[in-house]
Amino acid sequence: MAGKKKKKGKKWLVNLILGIICFIWLIPTVGLLISSFRPAADILQTGWWKVFPHQEWKTTDTIKLSRDVDLRQPIEVNGKTYSDDQLKAGVKSGDERLIWENRRNREISVQKPGWVASTRLTLDNYKNVISGKEYTLKGPDGSETKEKGTGLSQAFWNTLTIAIPATVIPILIASFAAYAFAWLRFPGRKTLFAVIIAMLVVPLQVALIPVLKDYTALGLNGSYLGIWLAHSAFGLPLVTYFMYNFISQLPKDLFESAFIDGASHFTIFSRLILPLSVPALASIGIFQFLWVWNDYLVSLIFIGNQPEVQVMSMKIADLVGSRGNDWHLLTSAAFISMLMPLAIFFLLQKYFVRGLMGGSVKG
Amino acid sequence: MNTQAKKNFSLKAALLFVVVLLLNIFVHGAIFMLFRDSTLNPLLTALFAVIWGVAGVYLLYLSFSWAVEQFPEQISRRMLPYVFIGPAVLLLGWLLVLPALRTLYLSFFNASSDKFVGLGNYLAIFSDRLLATALRNNLLWVFVGTLACVALGLLIAILADRSSYERIAKSIIFMPMAISFVAAGVIWKFVYYYQPGTEQIGLLNAIVIALGGEPQAWVTMLQPWNNFFLIIILIWMQTGFAMVIFSAAIKGVPDDILEAARVDGAGEIRIFFRIIIPYISTTLLTVTTTIIVFTLKIFDVVMVMTGGQYDTEVVATQFYRQFFMYRNFGYGSTLAIVLLIAVLPVIYFNLRQIRKQGGF
Repeated sequence: MAGKKKKKGKKWLVNLILGIICFIWLIPTVGLLISSFRPAADILQTGWWKVFPHQEWKTTDTIKLSRDVDLRQPIEVNGKTYSDDQLKAGVKSGDERLIWENRRNREISVQKPGWVASTRLTLDNYKNVISGKEYTLKGPDGSETKEKGTGLSQAFWNTLTIAIPATVIPILIASFAAYAFAWLRFPGRKTLFAVIIAMLVVPLQVALIPVLKDYTALGLNGSYLGIWLAHSAFGLPLVTYFMYNFISQLPKDLFESAFIDGASHFTIFSRLILPLSVPALASIGIFQFLWVWNDYLVSLIFIGNQPEVQVMSMKIADLVGSRGNDWHLLTSAAFISMLMPLAIFFLLQKYFVRGLMGGSVKG
Repeated sequence: MNTQAKKNFSLKAALLFVVVLLLNIFVHGAIFMLFRDSTLNPLLTALFAVIWGVAGVYLLYLSFSWAVEQFPEQISRRMLPYVFIGPAVLLLGWLLVLPALRTLYLSFFNASSDKFVGLGNYLAIFSDRLLATALRNNLLWVFVGTLACVALGLLIAILADRSSYERIAKSIIFMPMAISFVAAGVIWKFVYYYQPGTEQIGLLNAIVIALGGEPQAWVTMLQPWNNFFLIIILIWMQTGFAMVIFSAAIKGVPDDILEAARVDGAGEIRIFFRIIIPYISTTLLTVTTTIIVFTLKIFDVVMVMTGGQYDTEVVATQFYRQFFMYRNFGYGSTLAIVLLIAVLPVIYFNLRQIRKQGGF
């Protein structure tokens, strides 16, 4: 503890450096969040940091010159002369600045420095992105039909529809397997477990082409079932490994006493092991859920371009491709997709970190 | 029990087992079909899926366990483990292990998988300019990305350990880990955004202008330096991971060792290199390999930021392009296998590690 006190002299320096790093880390996200609430036109005209008070030239007066002033000659304003170029760029006179407001109408702005903040904020971006804009389609017979573009809300529900079963199914299957690997002895146990460990870091890419072929043959492509199974299989090695680490650490007497009471393995597992494993299940569950929620590649391959099952990450990636400069849509869409992970992160940080540390090697 | 009765008992159990097996295949097959062809409201589908996922999987294990228990004790004891691991093994086998072997097989064939080309695809990877660029960039990602993540993670972990705001600082650095690469792509695209003219709305260009520089289109121009701007996104997201794990490891360094070193007059930097680093070397290795494996497969960021254009292609994006756009299964498979070969040392390392720990 004496050492801790000795270090105190430099503590402000440590805090300062750490503060700067945290600031750098936070600023991109803050920019996104603020921009998502700004009107579309504002985003494109001024940087998002302009919502904070800052010094800027404010027009206090306008001077209208007579129409017959020759702009090629030095121009006289309030007793001083300026060139046209000077007025184009803005020229200082005292604490004021003169700049063309409308050159053709011979109008000059007189500006003074002042504190401004462009604080126009709106929820329209979110409304637009959630509900989707309305399009008017013309039919071949000339009739007009209004159709709503699929908004992000559909994609949100799709993502949830995919993420929940894709979390629950592999965790159940993996827990049963982990129990067998940890507490039952059978031929092939070592080999099979070694295969699962090997699969931990295998890149998904090695599976995609053949699995897609199978899926096409089975008609599973673009269906929920297909993507649940894919995510379940791809998540299984990690979940099995994680649950194995937990279940194999449980005390041996636990099983022995249950066995003496005549319980079967199935009963032991479902009555004893599962309830005991709740913290571990929560950790790895969160991990798998977020993995599926944030996934882009697997959805891209197995969902393709079927709009009714598209997930949010695909939707946003599409937006980036097709509406790359519509920052009001991009920022709000990205933030909506971040809501769930951020909520989980801040509410369940303890479990999240544990899941991450238990098994961070995923293929 | 005499042998005859025992045999009858086994026969009956075997029959029951077959019935349970058929019943399960039938019921789950029917649900499977129902799901495949259903046009229900997605929310309802999700609800049913969760119920099926939980109850169905549970019943699957329950029914098979019950059927196996009908066998005489010796037999059932041998069968039961396979009931427990069965679904996991089948799912993994179908969707991961066999596909990996099939991909290996396909990598020796041409684009449409009908002509054997031997190692032709592998040679092409090193001669085709696009593929070679992908390889070069991927190496850049692995080296620069991993090095920066590990170094920064370590630095921040040490700083946080000594600061008064450890919890909040760690939360901030760690937060990007939770969001998707696609969302992170949008965030950083906005930071790097460039538009002609003097008014820049992208943070980076605004800073450059404030410092008296010229605005740049960071991600599209400046090849090959644009890759570094993409790698920064990875660093932003993954440093938190390294930091959290290092932080836990650093806390495990015994205080008395540090104390003794300080009494002997060692400075903080010397303590860091001579005591802390050797003490957490295993963790250092694990984190490094994890980030290397992760970075090898980098895909989303590049896809969202540039789509692989402007010479930012990596192996995974090139894989996608070959597979989906050019329909070249030969190149696609080969690229996937290249990734697999790259992680082979890690697989070996993991297996050895597990064997050491768990007696496997």
